[in-house]
Amino acid sequence: MQEGKPLQSKQINRELLLTILNSPKWFFTTVSVLGIIVMVAMGAAGYMINQGFGVTGLNRPVMWGFFITNFVFWIGISHAGVMLSAILRLSKAEWRRPATRAAEILTVFSLMTAMTMPLIHTGRPWRTVYWIYTLPFVPYDYARGIWPNVRTPLVWDPSAVYTYLTSSILFVVVALIPDFAVLRDRTTGMSHRIYGLLAMGWQGNARQWKLQIIAGVLLSALILPVFVSVHSIVSWDFGMAVSVKSWHSTVFAPYFVVGAVHSGVSAVAFVLILLRYVYGWQNYIRHEHIDALARLLVVVATGWFYFLVMEILFGFYGREADEIAVRDYQFMVSPWNIWMMIFVGVTYFLPVAIWLSRSARRNLWIMSLACISVNIGMWLERFLIIVPGLARKQLLTFDWYTYTPSAVEWIIVGGTFAMVTMLMLVIARVVPLIPLYDIKEGEILRTEIKIGRVTVPAVFRED
Amino acid sequence: MAKKPILGLFETADNAADAGDALKSAGVAPTDFDFLTDAPYPEGAFGEREENHRLYIFPFVGALIGLTVGIMLTSMTQMAYPLVQGGKPILSMPPMAVVTYESTMLTAIVFTIIGIIFESRLPAFKEGLYDTRITEGYIGVLVNVDEEQLTSTQTLLTQAGAIDVVRKDGGSGA
Repeated sequence: MQEGKPLQSKQINRELLLTILNSPKWFFTTVSVLGIIVMVAMGAAGYMINQGFGVTGLNRPVMWGFFITNFVFWIGISHAGVMLSAILRLSKAEWRRPATRAAEILTVFSLMTAMTMPLIHTGRPWRTVYWIYTLPFVPYDYARGIWPNVRTPLVWDPSAVYTYLTSSILFVVVALIPDFAVLRDRTTGMSHRIYGLLAMGWQGNARQWKLQIIAGVLLSALILPVFVSVHSIVSWDFGMAVSVKSWHSTVFAPYFVVGAVHSGVSAVAFVLILLRYVYGWQNYIRHEHIDALARLLVVVATGWFYFLVMEILFGFYGREADEIAVRDYQFMVSPWNIWMMIFVGVTYFLPVAIWLSRSARRNLWIMSLACISVNIGMWLERFLIIVPGLARKQLLTFDWYTYTPSAVEWIIVGGTFAMVTMLMLVIARVVPLIPLYDIKEGEILRTEIKIGRVTVPAVFRED
Repeated sequence: MAKKPILGLFETADNAADAGDALKSAGVAPTDFDFLTDAPYPEGAFGEREENHRLYIFPFVGALIGLTVGIMLTSMTQMAYPLVQGGKPILSMPPMAVVTYESTMLTAIVFTIIGIIFESRLPAFKEGLYDTRITEGYIGVLVNVDEEQLTSTQTLLTQAGAIDVVRKDGGSGA
């Protein structure tokens, strides 16, 4: 259904290129503040690398803490973009139009941010060149010709993440070509030359449009299996670890994938609400779009909750002593049990209760609250999988210890949120975050049909 | 004789389609004119020729190359340093399948992108005639005709409802 008013091409160009052709007053101040936070975080990472892991709260047996939690969190956020874009393109959902570009770009930046976390976590980032799967012929140890061990999930992980990152960047760039042409036609000087180069001489003839439409569908179909593999493989970082009993769960791969979609789609909904508010895109990001995302989220959240219950149920049902000990720790020992209750409440019960109400789904403040709530919960979820699992009852563990993150870890993790926000703002100055041609196509296909005594808005759809 | 481009700008899809029909009636070959728009229109909206392409070959070729590279990468690197770990075979299929899968998908996607650009005939920096009003919603009908036919084509486009006609030699006017 189409709720908005008809829009002309000139108006679409003017309103959606506003972020590029005219900088809002707050832009440089906001980006500068975020940049300072990112630099402080980089300074903290540099300090940690210089001083060693002693400045973090990581210690035996909890050697994975905030950094790996944050890595899984950002990988999860990245799953919104391409998944949302791909599924909605393949199903030709009309409400995809304003959401796809921002979602895809959020994917790229959250993946890039995610990959900084394990790099920092190694303590010696320069030793991780072999992770860059797109340079596969770089041996691990140059002198002795030792190659990465493909039998470990810690090598599968970067291969999947870099495949996803490369694919997502290419997906975004190809879909941007027609919009680069619009920018080429509306800029002068150096900007005109750069956009002209990026547009590659795009004219918008029938052949180019046909290929562009097929590209969207074909690339969606190719990226979807990669998207599923990425978080499955991230879950195997845990699921295939020999020593940590509570991570040995066959349900981890789908549980992680659905969880990633849950947090990612919530993040996209929140970004869309922000874009609508900040840039005044009420004509493009309408209540119907946020409403549709919320309805989708009810299904995703319930699917995720099902896997959560299964994971816990299988843990108890097996009655293995190590597993029960971890569950005891999660459910009975303070503060972990309090965090568990908060996590389940803010990830499922609170947001789903909100999304069940139509008026709440169409209230952008309440929707923002629900989306933030989900992401706080999903961050906690990863933390509650990693830390209690490592802290108690491991095979060959001679040391029982809990984990308290240090200031350095807080700063670095906080810096990643500033980094993604800053990158999103900066990219909004360079490319349109809502695809112009997609919106224009929606306007071309918009029509009205008369049914009985009412005239309803409708959309023509090609097979 | 080399053909010269002429571009008619139309406000509506109906007028642009009429211009296409008039060009066909005037004996202009379908390969000699094109419709330039700022958004994808339903296929055949202007009565344009059907565009054939071979894009679907590209992902298959890419996937085959990626599959081969993946198998070679995972097997040869392990054979180069055959260290047994946890009693697992040196060439263990499940982990090889994971990395090979990723390399297959990666090259399939990269080749698809190459295919899209190649089949879209891009980059095309020096081709044809263009007007920036196309990205404002006007529909361009770009015609390549012999020099002596430029004036008659201009008249034909104007009669079909062009709000402006642009020629490479600088001639313009509805």
